[in-house]
Amino acid sequence: MIAHAIFFYVFSVIAVISAIMVTVSKNTVHSVFFLILDFISISCLFIMIGAEFLGMIMLIVYVGAVAVLFLFVVMMLNVAQQKNQWFISEQNSGHIPVGLLISAIIFFELIIVIGGWKYKPDLFETTNLITNEISNTHSLGQVLYTDYIHIFQISGMILLIAMIGAIVLTFRQREGVKKQSYLKQISRERSEGVEVLEVASHKGVKIDD
Amino acid sequence: MEYVNIIFQETYKILFLLIPVLVSVAMIVWLDRRVWAFVQKRQGPNVVGPFGLLQSLADALKYIFKEIIIPASSNKIIFILAPIITMTLALIAWAVIPFGVDQVIADINVGILYIFAVSSLGVYGIIMGGWASNSKYPFLGSIRSAAQMVSYEVSIGIIIINVLLCVGSLNLNDIVIAQKEIWFIIPLFPMFVIFFISSLAETNRPPFDLPEAEAELVAGYQTEYSGMMYAMFWLGEYANILLMCALGSILFLGGWLSPIDLYPFNLIPGAVWLILKILLLFILFALVKAIVPRYRYDQLMRLGWKIFLPLSLTYVILTASYLFYFNLLPTI
Repeated sequence: MIAHAIFFYVFSVIAVISAIMVTVSKNTVHSVFFLILDFISISCLFIMIGAEFLGMIMLIVYVGAVAVLFLFVVMMLNVAQQKNQWFISEQNSGHIPVGLLISAIIFFELIIVIGGWKYKPDLFETTNLITNEISNTHSLGQVLYTDYIHIFQISGMILLIAMIGAIVLTFRQREGVKKQSYLKQISRERSEGVEVLEVASHKGVKIDD
Repeated sequence: MEYVNIIFQETYKILFLLIPVLVSVAMIVWLDRRVWAFVQKRQGPNVVGPFGLLQSLADALKYIFKEIIIPASSNKIIFILAPIITMTLALIAWAVIPFGVDQVIADINVGILYIFAVSSLGVYGIIMGGWASNSKYPFLGSIRSAAQMVSYEVSIGIIIINVLLCVGSLNLNDIVIAQKEIWFIIPLFPMFVIFFISSLAETNRPPFDLPEAEAELVAGYQTEYSGMMYAMFWLGEYANILLMCALGSILFLGGWLSPIDLYPFNLIPGAVWLILKILLLFILFALVKAIVPRYRYDQLMRLGWKIFLPLSLTYVILTASYLFYFNLLPTI
């Protein structure tokens, strides 16, 4: 399987380099584009280990929806200038040690997870995903909606709450906004809209203000 | 040596699909203009070649000899990448479209998800083009199109779930074969209507062509493009339209199945039926362009989020309940 190895190394090198470029590149829009490249190469890696459902969902959800909104925000807010100022000016750089601490913690957590995965004896091998009788979409569905149904429902509820919370936080009733009511427009009749008036000569008539 | 053989075979297959797709894109542009003209009692392009069939070739020749202008203040790499991405994404999705039982380049298990993923990536060509142009109108156009495509993808995804509930597989060939008894357009007719309108919005066709509304935004994200780069946007757009027509005919009109399963019709190859169904849907697309005025932006968003999304979600519940109650859910 030389071809397989070649493809694996190509995709993983692209993934690592673009992940580095996300943090290094000066233009914020460029870093979002590198993030997208990273997502795409990671979904290619998913497909290569036989998890084609996860790979496609990664493409649809992260690249097709989340990253589009990222781009949206980055393009509209002009973050590039702020980012440059942030690093140059003195008083704000106090945040950098905190960021380093958090990234160090995440790094150690990842190491622990990978180590645990490697040395815990009763975990399934990833090769169990690839079977000829049943596609991994089917097997994922069979596990997700039977054994793990409660966890699945709870995570759905958490997402719903987060969504409602975001709407509540940003929603505000503005005054003086004209709204179009289709029902009102359609149900308008001639008697409401048109009025015939007798106009006296040289006097005129006052129509509503 | 073995690898070389495989590469040669695959390249042959790919060329055998891509060249007809590209030629039919050129033809479909002609058909679009003709239908549009006939609705307005005009003749349309009828000078170059018989019935004006070679008009698109003449146009392509003109685009090739035009100068490609790259604005000085643009982001050059992304500016050049944008049309390339649009066209590539429109063409790679054809890899999974089945023209017969085994007449498909890649018969993958998650075919429908692949098409959905590729068509949801299509928005990047537009966003990149609009942003890299560094100009007002392209940027406004790309922002509009991003919001529009993301909104309508949601309802298309839920409509696809409706079909998948009836099929029980994500493979496109399985979806076609599941319609042997009855085409899904009959039990899922409301979904077909919503799918058709959503695919109009997804491909930025009129009445939802707000990203390139010429009365407001010059030409939207294409304003700064010229020559062959403009033509590539154009080709990608029409290849996407053809793809959505193909997807609609596979999901609802029985793909390569013949409408009448009797002797003389069985002999006609499935590819012919699929092409006829694609053409039928495309003529509907062209008619809609000619007879429906453009939507306002807030009306477009209202239609997507407040009408199509609840309707298609309700229909998912109805379909699932029906299949569950009558014990018709497909087994693996």
